Amino acid sequence: MSVHLSPAQAEAAATLPAPSPSPASKPPKFPAPKFSARRRGGVTRKRTSILLTVLMGVMAVYALLPLFWLIVNSTKTQSSLFSSFGLWFSSDFALWDNITGTLTYNDGEFLRWLANTVLYVVAGAGGATFLATLAGYGLAKFDFPGKRGVFAVVLGAVAVPGTALAVPTFLMFSQMGLTNTPWSVIIPSLISPFGLYLVWIYALEAVPTEVLEAARVDGAGEFRTFFTISLRMLAPGFITVLLFTVVATWNNYFLPLIMLSQSTWYPLTVGLNSWNAQATTAGGEAIYNLVITGSLLTIVPIVGAFLFLQRFWQSGLSAGSVK
Amino acid sequence: MKNNHRFRRVATAALAASLLVGGLAACSSPGNAGAEGATADDIATALQTETTLTVWGWAPQLEPIVEAFEAKYPKVHVNLENVGTGNTHYTKLQNAVKAGTGAPDVAQIEYNALPQFALSDALVDLKDFGAEELKDNYTESTWGSVSLNGGVYALPQDSGPMAMFYRADVFEKHGISVPATWDEYVAAGKKLHAADPNAYITSDTGDAGFATSMIWQAGGKPYTLDGNTNVSVDLQDEGAKKWTGTWNQLLKDDLLAPVTSWSDEWYKGLSDGSIATLIIGAWMPASLESGAEAGSGKWRVAPMPTYEEGKAAAAENGGGGDAVLKQSKNKAAAYGFLQFANGPEGSKIHAANGGFPSTTADLQSESFLNAESAYFGGQKINEVLVQASKDVVPGWSYLPFQAYANSIFSDTVGQAYGSKGDLNGGLQAWQDATAKYGQQQGFTVSTK
Repeated sequence: MSVHLSPAQAEAAATLPAPSPSPASKPPKFPAPKFSARRRGGVTRKRTSILLTVLMGVMAVYALLPLFWLIVNSTKTQSSLFSSFGLWFSSDFALWDNITGTLTYNDGEFLRWLANTVLYVVAGAGGATFLATLAGYGLAKFDFPGKRGVFAVVLGAVAVPGTALAVPTFLMFSQMGLTNTPWSVIIPSLISPFGLYLVWIYALEAVPTEVLEAARVDGAGEFRTFFTISLRMLAPGFITVLLFTVVATWNNYFLPLIMLSQSTWYPLTVGLNSWNAQATTAGGEAIYNLVITGSLLTIVPIVGAFLFLQRFWQSGLSAGSVK
Repeated sequence: MKNNHRFRRVATAALAASLLVGGLAACSSPGNAGAEGATADDIATALQTETTLTVWGWAPQLEPIVEAFEAKYPKVHVNLENVGTGNTHYTKLQNAVKAGTGAPDVAQIEYNALPQFALSDALVDLKDFGAEELKDNYTESTWGSVSLNGGVYALPQDSGPMAMFYRADVFEKHGISVPATWDEYVAAGKKLHAADPNAYITSDTGDAGFATSMIWQAGGKPYTLDGNTNVSVDLQDEGAKKWTGTWNQLLKDDLLAPVTSWSDEWYKGLSDGSIATLIIGAWMPASLESGAEAGSGKWRVAPMPTYEEGKAAAAENGGGGDAVLKQSKNKAAAYGFLQFANGPEGSKIHAANGGFPSTTADLQSESFLNAESAYFGGQKINEVLVQASKDVVPGWSYLPFQAYANSIFSDTVGQAYGSKGDLNGGLQAWQDATAKYGQQQGFTVSTK
């Protein structure tokens, strides 16, 4: 029932905006690219491939079918889940009852988990994005000894999956007495080597060194320059990293699973799984209907965040596409 | 308590495996048996002192038990935490044991996982608290499961003597009589599937807990333990061969529903009758009532089929007890909690909330034996189930790394299930992989 983040990450990575060669506000210096872009567009329009269209259609169905299943089945009661066809609605429509049930089950622990998840996302993903932006910008725009070493470490860190680090992190946090506290989830979430790398590459192109020099000549301090000038130029990169870290933290399952033992600190992923596991216990109450409805409610905010942040993100895409 | 579900993540299994390395390394550190015991007076005092106990467990019956305990001993506050079901729970427990901090005072542990924690020095030997004298309160098989290497490492809570749960309506519809032997069972499976290609005699896609219980019933004793570190594994003994002799027939002829136990599909099959029987522990009725409402009135219970007609034999499937962790700082109070939860008071609450007890007094009580279950069409199911608890074949033991062994079941025996091949070959592969792992963990493993 938990959401795997690797496909989402891969998908997002595939459509990563190319670093813009110039900030969006700056008009392109040469009109030539525009012309060629238009011509290329014309050629593409003629070459519609049936094969590719069908393939994309299949992919779309593949991606949307689980979502459809989730919506359909969240309208069923526990007993009609097993007595009706899985991919269509049953005669009784119990969505509202299910939502009420989900929100109130066990003294409303779902809402508590929702609040925990929001806390982990705001503190963890927000913090990770902020740190990655600061560090990536610093690495892109300042020269200092050991920079190549840092580069190697960051690249290496991108390759290490978080899951592999979870157990050593647990043992370390256990020594520090941090396990079973929100810190044990927030602190590891603050580190995003991938985000740092992304901002770094983006900042190399998006923030012209000339602008920084001009700011320095005008007497602005480095932090002021960063917050008032560079950050705006970095916005598309910043939003992209935010999107990744928000999705990753929202869906984070393994880390909180091993760090937390008290259900009052669980995020939604771990909490829903504990509901799901109830049915495998003798005398445990099977609440698949609530697990399914809970899963639906869980993805609503993340879908919303994606759609909302996408607008900012597209501006980065189009800025890059001009050249 | 739950049993052998198979929804586990590979990552969790891998994690359990990686942590076991450290966990068992603790074997070599000297135990301090005898040093932490307490007298009955100490325990009584501890229960009247302001204390907080942390209890980890997922059994739904623990909640009312804890409430009743706190009402009786208002000075002891209990934090009941559900850290996960089955393997997830054990992984966390193993993590905390390895980290040396963060473990609860009391933990629920199933019988098949108990040796792993007991022999790695994570649990208190309850003999030091006088648990020995409680022996006669519990069934022979459950007491045998908590007694390891001369110590007592948990007090039993529930038990799972196996029986055959079957759909009377499906049998009646197809004119099938209730099988008493495994040969009749196979014949029933063939008849049913021929009459209705969507119906199966049972479902099994390969489940370590089920397989070991079936070998147990057939009289196999594949795992033996001598001291803390000498283990032998023999999954080719007579009992194992008896079981595969029967099960291979079902597997080969596609008579087993390809549905994973505990999945929603499984509950669907139990609801609509396309899975006609379950060979499973006595704790199943509560799960049927809650997970397969539509099957109400249609299920019945009969003794497990046997290999020899008229010679009753059963095995335990699942079930477990509660143990006190060595990390606990309130061992006397923790043991006091066990006395309550797993004693007469707790076991009554447990049984009233859908658990199947391990206490002889409850199993023998008239009200328990005579209870008529509406879900089972008014049948006195406990008569059958209690008889099963008496028919359990004695002398079984699990491996001190059973959790790991069970996690690789699907890679070995599961292959045989997948290819509809010979289960004996699968068991051989499982034996080899299990033995190899045991060696790596520092056990002396002999195989046949």
